[in-house]
Amino acid sequence: MSEPLVQVRGLTVSFMGGPSPIRAVNGVDLELRAGETYALLGESGSGKSVTLRALMRLNPEKKTRVEGSIRVDGQDVMALNRKQLQQFRGKTLSMVFQEPALALDPVYTLGQQIAEAVAIHEGVSHAEGRKRALELFERVRIPSPERRLDAYPHEMSGGMRQRAMIALALSCRPQVLLADEPTTALDATVQIQILLLLRELQRELGLAVIFVTHDIGVAVEVADRIAVMYAGRIVETGAVRDIIRNPSHPYTIGLLRSRAHGALQKGARLETIPGSPPDLANLPAGCPFAPRCRYAIDQCQTVTPEPVAVRDGQIVRCLRVGELEAV
Amino acid sequence: MALLRFGADAMPSAIESSEGYWASVWRRLRRDKVAMIAGAVVLALILMAVFAPYIVPADPFSGRMLRRLRPIGTEGYPLGSDELGRDMLSRLIYGARMSLLMGVTPVIIAFGLGSTLGIVAGYLGGWFNTIAMRTIDIFYAFPSVLLAVALSGALGAGLTNALVSLSVVFIPPIARVAESVTTQVRNRDYVEAARASGAPGFTIVRVHVLGNVLGPIFVYATSLISVSMILASGLSFLGLGVRPPEPEWGLMLNTLRTAIYTQPWVAALPGAMIFITSISFNLLSDGLRSAMDVKQ
Repeated sequence: MSEPLVQVRGLTVSFMGGPSPIRAVNGVDLELRAGETYALLGESGSGKSVTLRALMRLNPEKKTRVEGSIRVDGQDVMALNRKQLQQFRGKTLSMVFQEPALALDPVYTLGQQIAEAVAIHEGVSHAEGRKRALELFERVRIPSPERRLDAYPHEMSGGMRQRAMIALALSCRPQVLLADEPTTALDATVQIQILLLLRELQRELGLAVIFVTHDIGVAVEVADRIAVMYAGRIVETGAVRDIIRNPSHPYTIGLLRSRAHGALQKGARLETIPGSPPDLANLPAGCPFAPRCRYAIDQCQTVTPEPVAVRDGQIVRCLRVGELEAV
Repeated sequence: MALLRFGADAMPSAIESSEGYWASVWRRLRRDKVAMIAGAVVLALILMAVFAPYIVPADPFSGRMLRRLRPIGTEGYPLGSDELGRDMLSRLIYGARMSLLMGVTPVIIAFGLGSTLGIVAGYLGGWFNTIAMRTIDIFYAFPSVLLAVALSGALGAGLTNALVSLSVVFIPPIARVAESVTTQVRNRDYVEAARASGAPGFTIVRVHVLGNVLGPIFVYATSLISVSMILASGLSFLGLGVRPPEPEWGLMLNTLRTAIYTQPWVAALPGAMIFITSISFNLLSDGLRSAMDVKQ
């Protein structure tokens, strides 16, 4: 098979400046092929958004130490200079933000914002950029697109704004779309529409999508593969159906059990994962999940688990992975 | 259409306002009665200053020693005459020229320099911000009146020097406001979104920072016009600004102060003009502030 579109090896990101560095990402490997959707699943502070920003080198350069290799479309992202980076952002890789109300500039109309991005990247006139914006608005199914081009972000509803945000992200025909919890700020009925739209666009345009979410339902809905992150590491990754049917890491098992699936008996308590995530400024030795893990053994406190393949494409970081299959 | 189409968000498809930003500001401003009246007064003052030579009833420079300090309503002197027998109405009309010049020019200069400094400091952050903003803090240590007087005194009397010293006085507060708004805007998601779509640093400042920052700074600057007029009047009063016989409200207040017991109403007229002008500018800038503040 050819080289994957996105290839990340041993990515670590630490934020300096505090009394001790905050190790937000600790060795993430991921691979993504064209036309594939990958969901990064994890709770707050598990490093999923930081990973996403590292792909675009958006983390503040002075205060962040990034190690490892990132290759996108054959380019070494870490080695790009400023000019190349500007070309790379938006054109190869682009991003949909969590809160479209904040990520769109309030003093410009949506048409202006999209036309600006197109004009800068492709060196065409603003009129040309506006034409592209209109096409995109039709594509993301904004009703009466012509008129909405002249609307300001505050004149649109949340779902409509997110559609416009997606149009903006697609304006320069990127190959990879990064989506940072694009549905978290929306209400439930609009969420599913945005997810369907993203999936449809991804199929039509052959985009590769990396989708960050903390909602396992959303991840299942959109992704081909899921990576579960915990304390800056991918603890389990695999095809959606494998993860759902045969979760192998205790954290994934816990996450799946803690959903309110089907008919929860009245009065029945939701299963939870006890405790809270570790302090990233001083990570414990061994498996970071060990303190909260009901299957932890003594060895878990001292040995950091290495990735183990349990079946084709499903990789787990857990010392007891073989033993837990039966549980 | 009561049908909910799937795939399209349920929202009214009619948005009546597809007007530009400034058009909507103007629409809201028009509804604000106080601001509109203040605006009309400001406009009238500007017209008065521009067309002064054509509307004055008498020569503001030639006096009649026999008709000094006439009360308001004397025949031929609708607003009385000053200590040299010059027509007060004409002098007040002419005075608008100098006073508006002294009120507006320093603010424009300070707006240009101060907001550039503040935006650059706010956007770059780091050591440049520290040096620029701490230097500006030094200027804050002096009360503005004292600073203006000290600077003008050091530079010597005269119109240009007064304008320069007033500009210097207004740079720090404008830079401070510009810096704080820019710091806020810099961390907004849409600036990061612009970076994420590959916009060069200069474009981000030009388009996204300036677009969001100039409004608040502008409103703040308009509120300084009245302060500037009062300070300018103060400088003239001390003999540091405009020189006689040039009519300027502050200077007129100064020369008429000896007449405060004999003709208190006439002596109070220049002060009333300063008051009316500054309150109009203030009310207008208040109205502008609320008309421009629509988002969030």
